[in-house]
Amino acid sequence: MSEYFSNIKIGATTIATGMAITFRHFLNAVKRKGDAGIDDADYFKQVDGLCTLQYPREVVPTPTIGRYRLYNDIEDCIGCCQCERACPVECITIETIKTTADDLAACGKTSGGQQKRFWVPVFDIDVAKCMTCGICVSVCPTDCLVHSPVADFSEFDVKNMMYHYGNLSKIEAEAKKRKLDEEKAAKEKAAAEAIARGEAPAAKPKPAPGPMPEGGQAGE
Amino acid sequence: MSQSISLNTWSDALSGFNLGWFPLGLVIVAAVPLVFIALYALTYGVYGERKISAFMQDRLGPMEVGPWGLLQTLADILKLLQKEDIVPTAADKFLFVIGPLIMFVGSFLAFVVLPFGPAFIGADLNVGLFYAVGIVALEVVGILASGWGSNNKWALYGAVRSVAQIVSYEIPASIALLCGAMMAGTLSMQQFCVAQSGPYGFMHYYLFSNPIAWLPFLIYFIASLAETNRAPFDIPEAESELVAGFFTEYSGMKFAMFFLAEYGSMFMVSGIISIVFLGGWASPLPNIGSFALNTMTSGPAWGAFWIIMKGFFFIFVQMWLRWTLPRLRVDQLMYLCWKVLTPFAFVAFVLTAVWEIYK
Repeated sequence: MSEYFSNIKIGATTIATGMAITFRHFLNAVKRKGDAGIDDADYFKQVDGLCTLQYPREVVPTPTIGRYRLYNDIEDCIGCCQCERACPVECITIETIKTTADDLAACGKTSGGQQKRFWVPVFDIDVAKCMTCGICVSVCPTDCLVHSPVADFSEFDVKNMMYHYGNLSKIEAEAKKRKLDEEKAAKEKAAAEAIARGEAPAAKPKPAPGPMPEGGQAGE
Repeated sequence: MSQSISLNTWSDALSGFNLGWFPLGLVIVAAVPLVFIALYALTYGVYGERKISAFMQDRLGPMEVGPWGLLQTLADILKLLQKEDIVPTAADKFLFVIGPLIMFVGSFLAFVVLPFGPAFIGADLNVGLFYAVGIVALEVVGILASGWGSNNKWALYGAVRSVAQIVSYEIPASIALLCGAMMAGTLSMQQFCVAQSGPYGFMHYYLFSNPIAWLPFLIYFIASLAETNRAPFDIPEAESELVAGFFTEYSGMKFAMFFLAEYGSMFMVSGIISIVFLGGWASPLPNIGSFALNTMTSGPAWGAFWIIMKGFFFIFVQMWLRWTLPRLRVDQLMYLCWKVLTPFAFVAFVLTAVWEIYK
């Protein structure tokens, strides 16, 4: 019989305790829970208040060292294709066209002052495939390929996950290709004429050991 | 009962109003509680419950449709109206269709004796309380019809549990209400309120003027939770065990009718408990000396305000309990009813009788 009454007593007190807790939360719903992160000392002290983030309008800031969507600053890209080769999932596609001698000035220099020697008509990153491992970023000689802090880039069509960073349109690329072909043909013609005149063919410059003349990382 | 209150003036005037042969006034009298249920279920019932539950769980609740999500319920209703009204092939068509109707009618019929203030009541029956207790039990038939007619194991289990629960909890609930009836010496809902109104406001309420009334009050409140299938007694529609209980197979407007019936009976039991123990439409504010606060806050419109506010308060407590307590097991539910509430209800009954004789 005493157990019967003690059960009722336990039931009543636990219900009262529980209702006090929920009512406290109800009253505290006018407040927002603090912004303290897990690293802050008072993280576990801020238990009351609304903790919903209304996502598109409010976001948790992405950490500065985080790896999110890739971004390529094509102005600094020298078209070395190291990122393409480094990528384990082959999500980067690059096509390059060698710059002709008279175009070197038009092709410009990187922000580090390095002469660019390639047009990059195609620099596509399929971010749907990208696993954000960051290897491409670590091999980039000019630091033009970086992880941006953009974390939400969902799309309705998977085709839109292909990001195009190329700096030439198709027509321009066509023109540059033709120009390069003409220059090559002219060189070959000159070489053939030189042979015909009995001169020794110009020795091809051997690849220089050590760092490339432009600096940066050693080519493979 | 000190001052003479002219009862039922509005509803009497309305019921005498005919448009040719058509008793338009009576239709309006019947429509008032219906419109009230719909509006209250729309605003306080659905939106309020979602917001209250959200705040108790540190969430925000609906925020997207309209400012603070105020139009969320309208969007939900639009969705419910557009939904296909599915009747399963293997279901018993008649029972399946009639189930939600019986349930809604059962919950709505009880509003006949609920006084919306001293001037308005559907019908001031002299057995009003008895009628209310009896007619609410009609819901059981609707639940059983829809559970059996669905031809679904979850629905059937939900219906069986629901019927067992409601029928058992009728007993402590009725005995607790009988204590109130003994205090008032009447079964008429209007006379309950009249007996508890007076110049000292809430001091005339049985809960505060009678030293035993808290016990039947508490018993009836707990039993009413079980009768309306509210948590922690929501085992007939236990989501984690029975999908949705007896209305698993329902969709569209039939589903919405279950909702309306549930919110209707929630207000009904809250109304009954506030009438029997908390004075119904009687103002809780006392007259302080010459400052006649009670007289100022009495009257037909104030009466409607007070009874609706008291009802809303108890609905808030019901929601508060729902978001605090976990669901009971079936055997715990029956233990609570037969071994705790029923004996205590009898004790309260005897104590009230003794008090009423020797006070």
